[in-house]
Amino acid sequence: MYDMIIIGAGPAGMTAAIYARRAEKSVLVLEARSYGGQIVSTPDIENYPAAPHISGFDLAVKMYEQATALGAEFKFERAVSIKDGETKTVITSGGSYEAHAVIVAVGSENRRLGIEGEEELIGRGISYCATCDGAFFRKKDVAVVGGGNTALEDALYLADLANTVYLIHRREGFRADESTVARLRERENVKFVLNSRVTKLIAEGSLKAVEVTDNDGSKTLLEVKGLFAAIGRIPENKDFGDVIDLDEGGYIRAGENCHTNAAGIFAAGDNRTKELRQLVTAAADGAVAATEAIKYIAELKQ
Amino acid sequence: MNVMEVNFENFDTEVLASDKPVIADFYADWCGPCRMMRPALDQIAAERSDVKVVAVNVDDEEELAEKYGISSIPCVIAFKGGQETDRSVGLVPKDRILALVGG
Repeated sequence: MYDMIIIGAGPAGMTAAIYARRAEKSVLVLEARSYGGQIVSTPDIENYPAAPHISGFDLAVKMYEQATALGAEFKFERAVSIKDGETKTVITSGGSYEAHAVIVAVGSENRRLGIEGEEELIGRGISYCATCDGAFFRKKDVAVVGGGNTALEDALYLADLANTVYLIHRREGFRADESTVARLRERENVKFVLNSRVTKLIAEGSLKAVEVTDNDGSKTLLEVKGLFAAIGRIPENKDFGDVIDLDEGGYIRAGENCHTNAAGIFAAGDNRTKELRQLVTAAADGAVAATEAIKYIAELKQ
Repeated sequence: MNVMEVNFENFDTEVLASDKPVIADFYADWCGPCRMMRPALDQIAAERSDVKVVAVNVDDEEELAEKYGISSIPCVIAFKGGQETDRSVGLVPKDRILALVGG
């Protein structure tokens, strides 16, 4: 029996672990993959106070070392469900663990396009991270899907590396900043494919082409070796939707105090309903959720 | 054993002609998930005498990355008897890496 189980070892979860351990609570952190979360893929973080340039990997290692030095226990197992009650039970891929309080800090993952063959082609032409994988498409033709800032910034980044970049977007207008759109329009090797969506992936071991269908139903084949999807992220909360309220987007309904509808279960980081999903707000959530959990445990023990 | 760095010149002898199954990790120094996964590969190399673990730096070895169609890293490819038998893309835990060579 632990005082607190934290599900997810990203910046929110690891900050929560640091705060909980400094308050001398026993802490188990459960992580399905590896600690660090989404920041691990960011080569250079420039907006975290006091660290003007740090790689996501280095920051993750520092957080992990800080949390373990303080005595937080980590297990690399996937949490598959929470059983609510005065004692909470978290079932994982490897066992089950009990605690007085649970903090859900599982973060989010890249939204898939939902096209047949997509999963098999990840790493064989399909990517969700232009800065991670762009270098493998030097002088090749690629496409980006999406209309937000990430999609347009990805297209700009790829325009410097690739031969032709097609930007496929289901509408005429973009959600991205106008300045980014304007910069992209100046690039001669970027072609806009608007009012269109990808309807088929054509592959032979790796991606060879994509079929695009426009709003009138006419189909075009684009011969691209790479397809970068930047259509947002989805929270990884679905396994916990039976005990805590989620909104239409799948985010845990919780305010700035990180309380969910279930007493003793808290939400921290990108998987919570919030205005700004950033490293610094995830860390802030971790501190708030841990402090609220500590208060809850104190009341419980009275 | 440690993880062995291999290149275009010795890939055929060290990987394709290996009598043991090989786990080949295609990585780059700038790739955070690759660095995150490295300790698992180090452990496999240290613990398993029946498996050979090699690493290919894709920035230095563009021909090998091209030959094996690498378009995202980390990418771990399993070889047996000179043939690719399985591969995995992205940051995966140790047991998933081992599963590529049958556990």
